[in-house]
Amino acid sequence: MSTAAAARTASPPAASLSLSEVEGRREMRLAGRLDAYSISGVWPDARAALDSAPDRPVLVEASRVEYCDGAGVAMLVDLLRQPRPPAAQVVVVGLKPQFKTLLDQFDPVALRAPPREHEERLHTVAEIGRAALITGRDMRTQVAFIGETSAALWFAVTHPHRIRWKDVWYTCEQVGVNALPIVALISFLLGIILAFQSAVPMKQFGAEIFVADLVGLSILRELGPLMTAILLAGRSGAAFAAEIGTMKVNEELNALTTMGLDPVRFLVVTRIIAAVLMMPLLCIFADLVGILGGALTMISFNIPIGAFLREVDSLVDIKDLLAGLAKAPVFAILIAGIGCLRGLQTQTGASAVGISATRAVVSSIILLVVVDGIYAFIYYLLDI
Amino acid sequence: MPTDPIIRVEHFTAGYEDNVLMRDINFTVNRGEVFVILGGSGCGKSTLMKHMIGLYEPMAGAVYIDGDDIVTAEGDARRAILKKIGVMYQSGALFGSMTLLENIRLPLEEYTSLDDEEIDLIAQMKLKLVGLDAFSGHMPSEISGGMQKRAAIARAMALDPTILFLDEPSAGLDPITSAELDLLIIRLARSLHITFVIVTHELASIYTVADRVIMLDKRIKGIIAEGDPKVLRDTSDNPWVRQFFCREATPDTIAEAA
Repeated sequence: MSTAAAARTASPPAASLSLSEVEGRREMRLAGRLDAYSISGVWPDARAALDSAPDRPVLVEASRVEYCDGAGVAMLVDLLRQPRPPAAQVVVVGLKPQFKTLLDQFDPVALRAPPREHEERLHTVAEIGRAALITGRDMRTQVAFIGETSAALWFAVTHPHRIRWKDVWYTCEQVGVNALPIVALISFLLGIILAFQSAVPMKQFGAEIFVADLVGLSILRELGPLMTAILLAGRSGAAFAAEIGTMKVNEELNALTTMGLDPVRFLVVTRIIAAVLMMPLLCIFADLVGILGGALTMISFNIPIGAFLREVDSLVDIKDLLAGLAKAPVFAILIAGIGCLRGLQTQTGASAVGISATRAVVSSIILLVVVDGIYAFIYYLLDI
Repeated sequence: MPTDPIIRVEHFTAGYEDNVLMRDINFTVNRGEVFVILGGSGCGKSTLMKHMIGLYEPMAGAVYIDGDDIVTAEGDARRAILKKIGVMYQSGALFGSMTLLENIRLPLEEYTSLDDEEIDLIAQMKLKLVGLDAFSGHMPSEISGGMQKRAAIARAMALDPTILFLDEPSAGLDPITSAELDLLIIRLARSLHITFVIVTHELASIYTVADRVIMLDKRIKGIIAEGDPKVLRDTSDNPWVRQFFCREATPDTIAEAA
């Protein structure tokens, strides 16, 4: 068995360092085992010993080093790489041949620590310019994406037999059916909270019955579609971005492109169609469950379900339902489109997929609120 | 070479659910040896390696690393075994959110009490060993597949483990880099007595680095050959083994492979 192997099995003593002065020269005697776990005890001392003799030659005597792995060699290189005058060089002697081979692989001068670079701060104007450039590029890709998607959607409308319906139905299940429980839960709670919060002050004026109008109008026109859209953005928008992002990282998108298949037609169109089909249905479902939540709450205020529904029916008409539902397809296109866009924009690496999913949800929610505001303004102008 | 087993695989059976890949196999790897696991595609080479590093639990049997069974070890005992091994995965498996230098720094930061500058130097030297010192600040996504692989070897060596497991180290590398990698393996094995367990197909590399090989075969679900690769090539009675080493395909083997 060689020395190194024998040393390993016999578990040699930890690293040790002793210093002496011989004929105007500093001598460092290293002994024991020099590995990543043991050298932390001697490395700083060795450096200090070197630094305290800046103008004297230093001899590192290493014949009693029993084992020296990459970390040990790193320490020796560290001693050798320090810039010193020619009369005060560091020399390592006595290192066993098998360890010396390792040390000889490295040129200590090449491994000198580079001077700390100070990252140059950009001028404010330059920073604004750079940010504008990035935003500009981002907007350009978005416009290009909107164009590509519109073209692909138009192609799908004019060639419905070319749509991959199997993928569409599968996505419908993911986006629609599987979202039912969470949509039900949130809308139900929303109905309860809305009814309860408004019933308490209204009771002071004996106007509890009008809670039905409040709940009915706000859920049908505003909260039903918006909450469903936010849930869809969180569930499906993020899922689209992650799914397409992972495909991009795995080069599946490149594979599609080289097969002559357009990723937008193949992946984006099917998802947008599925979302557009499912979103209105989810909205109606959310409206119903929300109103039910409100109605059940009002029982505790002595308003029976029948009275509640009659009151809703007297003030809320089909126009309100349609005003809410009209938002659904637009919200669906927004959510699915942004989810897919963020997926297609994914960079490489595992974290890139996470970033895409986050961006998909954040941009969707911001745009949802903006578009909802635009709807409110249009409805106001049209007196709907 | 004196026999001093550092890994003992005993009565080892592994597979997935009903599909047994290998049954009751036994072999040892000696300290300081470059040991190569060979075999056709789908025979379970990488699976065997993943069992040897404790990622998968075998159906039966034990894998002793330096005397301790990695199959049953838990907690600190398991961590102590894992500190002795370094692994390079087929894909490199570098952490995508960290630079190459940070990838190599990670185990050093977690396991040693060295300061930042010292860790930097060690990590930089590991990168130098695999010829990537100029790329220390790059993210894995910014370098080629071959370079990622070399960086993964550097990371596996960060703590100078006793045993290095390499899964297909030369696949995807150009012949020169591949030959340099072989030299690196030989140098580390000879000078530091690092034991290498390598899964590979590259015959040129096998002849250069391997002290001993085992060859797995899915037909018998076990080891069909064991020994020095050159000796096996020249003297083996087994036609499958000879075909493998001579890179021949016969109508029979093609049919079976299909």
